[in-house]
Amino acid sequence: MEMAVFALFALLALGSSLVVIAHKSPIYSTLSLVMTLFSVAVLFVLLGAPFIATLQLLIYAGAILVLFLFVIMLLNVGGREEGLPGGHRLQLITSVLGALVFTAMLWMLLRPALGQLAPAPLTEEMVSLSGLAQDLFADYLLPFEIVGLLLLVAVIGATVIARRPTPEELSGGGGMAEAGAAAAGPAPTYAAWAQEADRAAGGARPASVPGGSGRPGGAAGGKP
Amino acid sequence: MSTIHLVNESTAVPVSWYLLLAAALFGIGTIGALTRRNGISIFLSIEVMLNAANLALIAYARQLDQRTGQILVFFVLAVAAAEAAVGLALFIAVYRQRRTIDINRINLMRH
Repeated sequence: MEMAVFALFALLALGSSLVVIAHKSPIYSTLSLVMTLFSVAVLFVLLGAPFIATLQLLIYAGAILVLFLFVIMLLNVGGREEGLPGGHRLQLITSVLGALVFTAMLWMLLRPALGQLAPAPLTEEMVSLSGLAQDLFADYLLPFEIVGLLLLVAVIGATVIARRPTPEELSGGGGMAEAGAAAAGPAPTYAAWAQEADRAAGGARPASVPGGSGRPGGAAGGKP
Repeated sequence: MSTIHLVNESTAVPVSWYLLLAAALFGIGTIGALTRRNGISIFLSIEVMLNAANLALIAYARQLDQRTGQILVFFVLAVAAAEAAVGLALFIAVYRQRRTIDINRINLMRH
């Protein structure tokens, strides 16, 4: 019985993760990743970690992947993937070879600690939530607090990084006339640099106004 | 007590099989991260790799009969959430500047 469940969900995990890396559209990749996460969560339950399985479903599938979907749809990047002009085939082959070698090394590293024998039967202590909580809030209290701090910093950082550029940055990056007035900020230099680099690379896009002011989607909403 | 008897010793799956699966998943994620062009697809591949590592940790926790592996996975989940938030914010910022998240076109450092 356990073997059947393991086989089913191991195959599901492998198949859906293959879809994740092979599908052209990021949206389908994300939805397929939900399947992978679900299968791995079932394996977590088999391994006697039901709480971690629940967390995996709630946090990963419920929160992180929804964030992914939101960004994919916001940026509207679905299905547009341009390959390398040349040498894409070579890159694919070398990547696969490298990953195979890496996996083999990983397997050799992971394997020797284990016999082929089945592990000892699960104990109540192993699967109990109170035991896990005891560990987490007694022995690992400091890492727990640090992770809380990390999440706070991540939220602040994400907000700062993804925020709309301020009016000064916009005019500094865009208008030639105001560039002198807005002077000395890093933004105009960067924008000019970006445009130049684009032209040097054979610029697929025309030199538009950088800084996101002329954007059809997200930034169209509010001129401050 | 039903949880304990869920696993019948005679038919139990060897933990090494879970490790093999974890290694395979990690390899798949590596291939994806190396071959995809779309930044978000690369990110998704990295999530697959993270999950493979989590699976290996839980498998070892099972084998060694210790909960430390589960604690580690808990922390990995939290860090993955932080990473996803910051990474996706970076993609939004890059898209605002460059109108693309194709990593072949985000090549300022190359020039």
